[in-house]
Amino acid sequence: MLLRAAWRRAAVAVTAAPGPKPAAPTRGLRLRVGDHAPQSAVPADTAAAPEAGPVLRPLYMDVQATTPLDPRVLDAMLPYLINYYGNPHSRTHAYGWESEAAMERARQQVASLIGADPREIIFTSGATESNNIAIKGVARFYRSRKKHLITTQTEHKCVLDSCRSLEAEGFQVTYLPVQKSGIIDLKELEAAIQPDTSLVSVMTVNNEIGVKQPIAEIGRICSSRKVYFHTDAAQAVGKIPLDVNDMKIDLMSISGHKIYGPKGVGAIYIRRRPRVRVEALQSGGGQERGMRSGTVPTPLVVGLGAACEVAQQEMEYDHKRISKLSERLIQNIMKSLPDVVMNGDPEHHYPGCINLSFAYVEGESLLMALKDVALSSGSACTSASLEPSYVLRAIGTDEDLAHSSIRFGVGRFTTEEEVDYTVEKCIQHVKRLREMSPLWEMVQDGIDLKSIKWTQH
Amino acid sequence: NSFESVASDTLTLFLFFPLNSFRTYAVRRIRDAFRENKNVKDPVEIQTLVNKAKRDLGIIRRQVHIGQLYSTDKLIIENRDMPRT
Repeated sequence: MLLRAAWRRAAVAVTAAPGPKPAAPTRGLRLRVGDHAPQSAVPADTAAAPEAGPVLRPLYMDVQATTPLDPRVLDAMLPYLINYYGNPHSRTHAYGWESEAAMERARQQVASLIGADPREIIFTSGATESNNIAIKGVARFYRSRKKHLITTQTEHKCVLDSCRSLEAEGFQVTYLPVQKSGIIDLKELEAAIQPDTSLVSVMTVNNEIGVKQPIAEIGRICSSRKVYFHTDAAQAVGKIPLDVNDMKIDLMSISGHKIYGPKGVGAIYIRRRPRVRVEALQSGGGQERGMRSGTVPTPLVVGLGAACEVAQQEMEYDHKRISKLSERLIQNIMKSLPDVVMNGDPEHHYPGCINLSFAYVEGESLLMALKDVALSSGSACTSASLEPSYVLRAIGTDEDLAHSSIRFGVGRFTTEEEVDYTVEKCIQHVKRLREMSPLWEMVQDGIDLKSIKWTQH
Repeated sequence: NSFESVASDTLTLFLFFPLNSFRTYAVRRIRDAFRENKNVKDPVEIQTLVNKAKRDLGIIRRQVHIGQLYSTDKLIIENRDMPRT
């Protein structure tokens, strides 16, 4: 009844003159995607170029790569970009004081999302910097007595790379393998812990296959063996309930742009009771308790704080919706296409990240065919190289299935229509590509591909 | 009553969000929020909810405006009469 009344009013408003205009006449600011020239710059003599019709933007189904800014977050950030531009470390005037108040408020918002104390939150430039601080900072601080670290083979590139650089400094690192489900074996973890292990780093939710590691159990093991536990929670914060005390987490990395916040900001949680000592990576004026010098970017941290607060309020609602949409996507694809494999454990899985392998279809060609939908095959960090993702290799996926994997991301703003469109196009193109595939023909004829002896010409 | 008027104002405004995904999200979210809270009887709680709704209305008003200033092309699914493979 309310909706009908609203529609009636909207109809009146649209036909009547002023008020917010749905079709914005400010053409000068329109941006075009791809290789189409900006409207204002089209010279009159290229009338030969045919009217291409309206350029339509693809659907966004790549939320693991990044997320759009929630309007509530942008609304919180704008005042600090326009009028309240003071440096939060300026102690002598109102500009500094108001900026500092906003920064502390944001710190409280981030802390309350993960059950921490605000003094335990340090703002950084993103989860990559947080991971670097956690791994290198802890390892180097305790280097005189502890020289060993443990991590997994499916961690994010920045964690693996930090460990590699520590190995060059003389540390020893154990890269735990994962089972076929993508989850680590807890017994292997216990066996790997040595008396000189300083840190265990395991990510909460994997960005490529969406698998959830048993964080609470790992935390229990680490605390009983007196080893610090770091988790890269960039994909998990604000999406699944996390509590650093219940899960016995000592360090946690948080990323702003994965939770509908701004890019270029993140945070690291560093436990104070019992105190985790970290050697600072960035030297300077001693801001952020000396752990991360540099002016704290007030608009960005206000955005991060607002994003965390919105996430806390919306977590249950979003999770329910995303689970439903994810179920819908998987069911509809699997019931119309044979030979589709979902990578990663289906039970311990965050529903918003779906990684499917379509047998007998090349992943890149499917992505190119699905140009109306923004998707990715694996992580954005590794998409430049031609190798299949190391995460899929770590869970034991066959080479050919690893090459044909696509990652679908469902987020807060994904609609049913978008999911249905994606499913429809996906089915259509997979069928088309399989028709063209000689391997598919052979499989239809009943030939076992593994028994074929390929010859060189 | 003020509750209904805020609800209806909010819904009306939502329809002007230029970005399709924000628009559908907003309509659905507010409708669900009002439905969830429709049986609240405690007047203090009602007033808190109405105040929050009024604040949200302000946020939406500003953000819809900004969205229109920086509007760009429509999504594929908003224009299904022109199918692209």
